[in-house]
Amino acid sequence: MDKPGTTRKGKWSRRAFITAGTVAGGALLVGVVIRRGDPTPDLAPLVTEEGEYLLDAWVKLGSDNSVTAIVPHSEMGQGAQSALAQMLADELDAHWDDVRILEAPAEDGYANYALAKGFLVGGLQIPRVLVPTVDGAMLQISDMMHLQITGGSMSVRTTGVHGMRVAGAAARELLLTAAAGHWQVPRAELAGRDGFVVHAASGRRAPYGEFAAAAGALEPSPTPALKRPEAFTLMGHSVPRLDIPEKVTGAARFGMDARVDGMKYAAIRRAPVFGARIDSLDDGAARAMPGVHGVIGLDNAVAVVADGYWQAEQALAKVAVRWTSTAADTLDSAALFAGFERDLDAAVANGDEQTDLSRGDARGALERAERVVTASYRVPYLAHACMEPMTATARFTDGACELWTSTQNPLGFKHAVAEALELDADRVTVHNAYMGGGFGRRSNPDYAIQAAQLARAAGMPVQLIWSREEDIRQDHYRPAVVSRFKAALDAEGRPVAWENQFVDKHEPAEAPYIPYAIANQYVHYADSPTHVPFGPWRSVDHSQHGFFTESFIDELAHAAGRDPYDYRRSLLADAPRHRAVLDLAADKAGWTQPLAAGRGRGIALQASFGTIVAQVAEVTVRNGRVRVDRVVCAADPGFAVSPDGFTAQMESGIIYGLTAALFGEIELQDGAVVQSNFHDYPILRLDESPLIETYIVESAGPWGGAGEPGTPAIAAAVANAVFAATGTRIRELPLGRHDFDQAQA
Amino acid sequence: MITLTINDASQQVDVDPATPLLWVIRENLGLTGTKFGCGIAQCGACTVHLNDKPIRSCVTPVSAADGARITTIEGLADGADLHPVQQAWIAEQVPQCGYCQSGQIMSAVALLRDNPAPDDDAIDQAMRGNLCRCGTYPRIRRAIHRAADGRHG
Repeated sequence: MDKPGTTRKGKWSRRAFITAGTVAGGALLVGVVIRRGDPTPDLAPLVTEEGEYLLDAWVKLGSDNSVTAIVPHSEMGQGAQSALAQMLADELDAHWDDVRILEAPAEDGYANYALAKGFLVGGLQIPRVLVPTVDGAMLQISDMMHLQITGGSMSVRTTGVHGMRVAGAAARELLLTAAAGHWQVPRAELAGRDGFVVHAASGRRAPYGEFAAAAGALEPSPTPALKRPEAFTLMGHSVPRLDIPEKVTGAARFGMDARVDGMKYAAIRRAPVFGARIDSLDDGAARAMPGVHGVIGLDNAVAVVADGYWQAEQALAKVAVRWTSTAADTLDSAALFAGFERDLDAAVANGDEQTDLSRGDARGALERAERVVTASYRVPYLAHACMEPMTATARFTDGACELWTSTQNPLGFKHAVAEALELDADRVTVHNAYMGGGFGRRSNPDYAIQAAQLARAAGMPVQLIWSREEDIRQDHYRPAVVSRFKAALDAEGRPVAWENQFVDKHEPAEAPYIPYAIANQYVHYADSPTHVPFGPWRSVDHSQHGFFTESFIDELAHAAGRDPYDYRRSLLADAPRHRAVLDLAADKAGWTQPLAAGRGRGIALQASFGTIVAQVAEVTVRNGRVRVDRVVCAADPGFAVSPDGFTAQMESGIIYGLTAALFGEIELQDGAVVQSNFHDYPILRLDESPLIETYIVESAGPWGGAGEPGTPAIAAAVANAVFAATGTRIRELPLGRHDFDQAQA
Repeated sequence: MITLTINDASQQVDVDPATPLLWVIRENLGLTGTKFGCGIAQCGACTVHLNDKPIRSCVTPVSAADGARITTIEGLADGADLHPVQQAWIAEQVPQCGYCQSGQIMSAVALLRDNPAPDDDAIDQAMRGNLCRCGTYPRIRRAIHRAADGRHG
């Protein structure tokens, strides 16, 4: 064990960090105290006024009693920043009206250790008593990995639980300790209330701000006492989100709203085939157009910088580019799927399947079984289609790069831009704005790197704006997947073996795993890489596997002649939280109530990111079209910090997943993406949006996520409902590519 | 020179008359509340009012607005008093990422001006041109009903 107070980076002074202990040669960072004049360059500006102290990395208390929650996650509409502030303010016993949010700077100290831990140790169960220790170690690791990512529905369940609550409680203890010293009373007689220290015995009270200075000189407890749920005053209540007022007046600043002195606008067109580069370009006509400052070729893209974006876009259309040829130039979607099928066949034929999960002897049970059910499913590539197309603004001054953008990963962007431009990371500053949608897309720094390259080449500040066409065609897509199943049923129709094979395993590891009690399970995969860039897409692998596994269990129920809800239920004896959620969804949906001809009801269940979700979809199939009329959603997140915010995320996740289920499809032709804008990549519209009812189960289990868990179950719930309505089993998404009139005839 | 009356202020701009009104509003006039989403009138993020009618500013040449009265999201509030639709949007906690909401609100204000008590079908028709990727549609519907009922706060 190192001495407390030492850090490996050497960049932080001992004055800046108060460490509560060390582990495995690295600092355990529980609380951070920053004082005015502290040499830490990125944090010092946060403490500029006399009488202001940064009590720790997550809360700043002003002498005027204002509380600033310094939130290491960015806001893309999921309400994470408000929820985190709520958690901190509750433990601090601050007054909610005094609370403001400040997004943490893209600084290594704010690295998202929770996400790093997920990547590094996966589903490893860590004894509760060791969590702070492991987290501390992981903070060091993620520090080195440059992770400050908002994703994985991490904000509340990890940063919030392990960071914000602890920080709030630690800050409250410091303030009470300082007040106890000042008033010469035992600390145990003091309480915090609405931003005041209160001494009940004497009736004395004073604002927290009076003790901020004294508290800043104390060392925080590494294990501050957290409130019990019955003492919560803000957590568990639907507190209005702090970002909403400025989002109804046009005042909220998004990435595209950055305005930098002297900045010009850039439009860009990247090689349509991923991997191609510029062979030659003819930019004479473009350069002659009004307002154009330059045409810039970037290895795999061409851009025009002009006085206005419209001028840049008009000029870009006049640039003739010849791209290099690649091996992917003749590939289309059919060829890519054929490649997946071939690689799956080859893995089985060669016996080199990569085992994902093995329990019992699934293959043996399948061989012995009297009854085997098989099915194969496909989902296409999907774009994120954030409402705000990718955009970043960059300025170069004296070899330093300043970036204004909106990103889920500000620290990653800082390091990626530094690497791409061969700068030291401390020469890159990232200013993060509200994201006009993220959904995973804004974790990839491609657009920020382009903006920085253009600003440097143009010699002037540049705001790069991707057209919608560029946004759809240059995404990092949700991977297309083929998934095959075999199950063995016993004489009563119960599943005794489950085999699942799919292409390409990503994150999270548990996405393909089922909660159902089936004795013999074999889940395996084959790698089948393509030239199409992929990345996290709301709920990551859960959205594909949720469709596959929850469709197939429905098929098994049908094969067994059983009700699909009862069938699932009968396999959940060992998963009481799952069963309770399933029961609630079925009950609220009126599962046993008959529906008119042409209508159907489907159910699906998928746990993800710590939250268990069951959904019942009601559909009408008429004139060849599927309309989703109603969705009943039951969810167990353990505890909902803001029930209304959680409900909003379920609605959001369902509608995002419905777009994918009904319409979403990115096709490849000649190696390039076919779709280009909302006319050929449609998004669910208000008149197509179902009634959605959300019911929250607070099981007191570990706190789960909100932003992603609403998405994974909905495609299967809808496809299962279509089966109930029409007898047609949909094994390929989107539903919109199927002709239901023909199917019914 | 093109003369635009935007949020009751008259301004002159010297731009190519074919320039979409959206970019003039954002770049020349510095009002960034109106958003770019698609450039082909498919998403409604750029909705503003031209003589009180909702239009897609991304496909409206600025010349078509010469001498006309334009209202953007910044011009809805009366000083510190938010428009009833904006108040309803806060009461129903509608926005998530918020990017499309300027356009949503401008469409909703225009709807309620023509039809002070819209039913769900009227809301469907008026609002189907405004996409929201965060799926705030159920709350948009509720907020429009709330504003129509005069339940602002």
